[in-house]
Amino acid sequence: MIRFLAERSFGMIVTLFMVSVMVFFIMELPPGDFAERYAFRKFSGTGVTITPADIAAIRAELGLDQPAVVRYLDWISGIVLRGDFGQAYAFDTSVNNVIGQKVWLTLGLLFATLIITYLISVPIGIYAAVRRGGVADYGLTLFSYLGLALPNFLLALVLLYFANLWFGASVGGLFSADYAEAPWSAAKLWDLIKHMWLPALVLGWSAMAYQIQTVRATMSDEIGKLNVTAARARGVPERRLLLKYPARLALNPVVSTIGFDVNRIFSELPIVAAVLGLTELGDLLLKSFLDLDMNVAGAILLMLTVVIVVMNFVSDMLLAWLDPRIRLGG
Amino acid sequence: MDPQSPTESAADRREREQRERYYAASQWTLIWWRFRRHRAAMVGAAVLLTMAFLGLFAEFFAPYGPTERNRDYVSGPPQMPMFCDRNGCALRPFVHGTRTERDPVTLRATAVPDPETRRHVAFFVPGEPARLLGMIPVSVRLFGLQDGARLHLWGTDTLGRDVFSRTLYATRTSLSIGVLGVLISFVLALVIGGVAGYFGGLIDSAIQRVTEVVRVIPIIPLYMGLAAAMPKEWSSTQVYFAMTLILGLFGWPTLARRIRSQLLSIRGEDYVLAARLAGARPSRIIGHHMLPSFTSFIIVDLVISFPYMILSETALSFVGLGLRPPAVSWGVMLQQAQSVQVIEQAPWLFIPAGFVVLAVLAFTIVGDGLRDAADPYGQAG
Repeated sequence: MIRFLAERSFGMIVTLFMVSVMVFFIMELPPGDFAERYAFRKFSGTGVTITPADIAAIRAELGLDQPAVVRYLDWISGIVLRGDFGQAYAFDTSVNNVIGQKVWLTLGLLFATLIITYLISVPIGIYAAVRRGGVADYGLTLFSYLGLALPNFLLALVLLYFANLWFGASVGGLFSADYAEAPWSAAKLWDLIKHMWLPALVLGWSAMAYQIQTVRATMSDEIGKLNVTAARARGVPERRLLLKYPARLALNPVVSTIGFDVNRIFSELPIVAAVLGLTELGDLLLKSFLDLDMNVAGAILLMLTVVIVVMNFVSDMLLAWLDPRIRLGG
Repeated sequence: MDPQSPTESAADRREREQRERYYAASQWTLIWWRFRRHRAAMVGAAVLLTMAFLGLFAEFFAPYGPTERNRDYVSGPPQMPMFCDRNGCALRPFVHGTRTERDPVTLRATAVPDPETRRHVAFFVPGEPARLLGMIPVSVRLFGLQDGARLHLWGTDTLGRDVFSRTLYATRTSLSIGVLGVLISFVLALVIGGVAGYFGGLIDSAIQRVTEVVRVIPIIPLYMGLAAAMPKEWSSTQVYFAMTLILGLFGWPTLARRIRSQLLSIRGEDYVLAARLAGARPSRIIGHHMLPSFTSFIIVDLVISFPYMILSETALSFVGLGLRPPAVSWGVMLQQAQSVQVIEQAPWLFIPAGFVVLAVLAFTIVGDGLRDAADPYGQAG
């Protein structure tokens, strides 16, 4: 087990290092550099004339005249050693300030989505496998096709439209107007939870469709196995038998794809956030890409990826704990 | 029974011939027979072919150009051709003429249908000269109205452009981006997966690491980062090709992984060794000897990767990081339908979403059908 853990941890660190290089590359990609955009943003329209010398001064001050390797080391060591993500030029403050609490909001949304996804897809997948060929089964197959075909952001628009039609109120956003700027309190938390279900459902939409299919397929395979028949012959009650043998194994593919689901959810987050007006990292990521505020964008991209890598790791660990065959290298 | 026996009954002969046909059929014929039996996949394929056909010849099927504006019918609702109204029936389908009225509250000029006038729908009406496929000159449209009046089957957008025409042109753009993106990622997957699978060892582990990195970064934010870097002054054609490149550049991991594992599994076969001893270069061994053994699976994976390309392009253009006007794709069109208010006032702007769903659904179902058919020697189902 220890060896398994050590191997996975080492792999995780190597992956994270390469991810950070990749993110840094993307941050460097837009034409022009931080100094030019900074000068433009700060002085355009103020009547101040900017000479190339001024830009060069800003560049030197920020250390942008150094080679890329030095800048990368500077950037990554700031993050790893001091948790400092650098300057956000569009807001004239540090990236840490801009991101602030949004990290927790995003993580909260992620876990809400994951919980809703699994709470819905696992029981339904098991049910569909037990009642194979029934009406419910066909309905679910149709639903899972739609889960892939109807992109989350369009689903969000459709849901918003009907919510508007039926309730006459906007259901978007993460908070009601009263609480958006208010300090954290129990009432605000409750308000958040009340707003969370719709984004969570929308974000989990395609993951749900996919997991229902997986659970159903594994369940169907396992139900026909001899150990199930043997247990049935021993007189184990049907419900207990289903949960004890096939359902337990049907969890394996779900657990092993947690990281994949997180990836899928984060991938769709920025666009769903834009449609639903969620004020968290996805929304900020989209805005900073549109603004070319690459320090903020890079920081968020890195954070999201770190969460995915960590969740991959967690899923490996969970799987090893759940399934001794993997733990013992069988 | 002896096949030449004169006592063979007609039914037996038919059965024998069928069997012989089966044994003599090539692999691709067998795949086609299998695929043909998959009813839903056939429907999906028909839908896709129709879409591609309509998009390819949009200059003929679309009554107006993608950026042509009708200033007298801005944000106008769809006009459905009808045969009857309260003034009686006609044999030729017609739509009502329109009149411009001022809204008493907002004082905005809005187009309202005028039920007293009729405009008959005509086929093969003259239109602006255009070129089919960029070559064949064409100056007629499939349908339209006569005397310069305009027919907006699916209404117009906020600039007065015909939604139906734009949707057809968008179909062409969106599908072609998918095709190009898939092709690029296919070539990359072939090279990367081929090298990893053929050589194995250290090269393989290094490539596996890189693949892992590409797979772990959330794909749409990654695309967004690359798309955001496109200079603002690029023309829409440049952006179009840059988009296909971006989509293709990161679409390869799944397919590369498939090619790698297949190559690894047949690397030790005798015929590979024979080819190597005969002095064939690695590229020839991979391309000529090894790949053909699993071509059908590669095709399945390619078809399945289409929806991701189309959805990614739609999502990126939707938020303004993808294609830019005057280019028109489903995502670009949906950009106008970003808020609930717009969808409430002009629901027809949401029509392209139906095309996205339809195309993705069709690709998925065709992919499923192909997957079942890809191995025709498996259990005859």
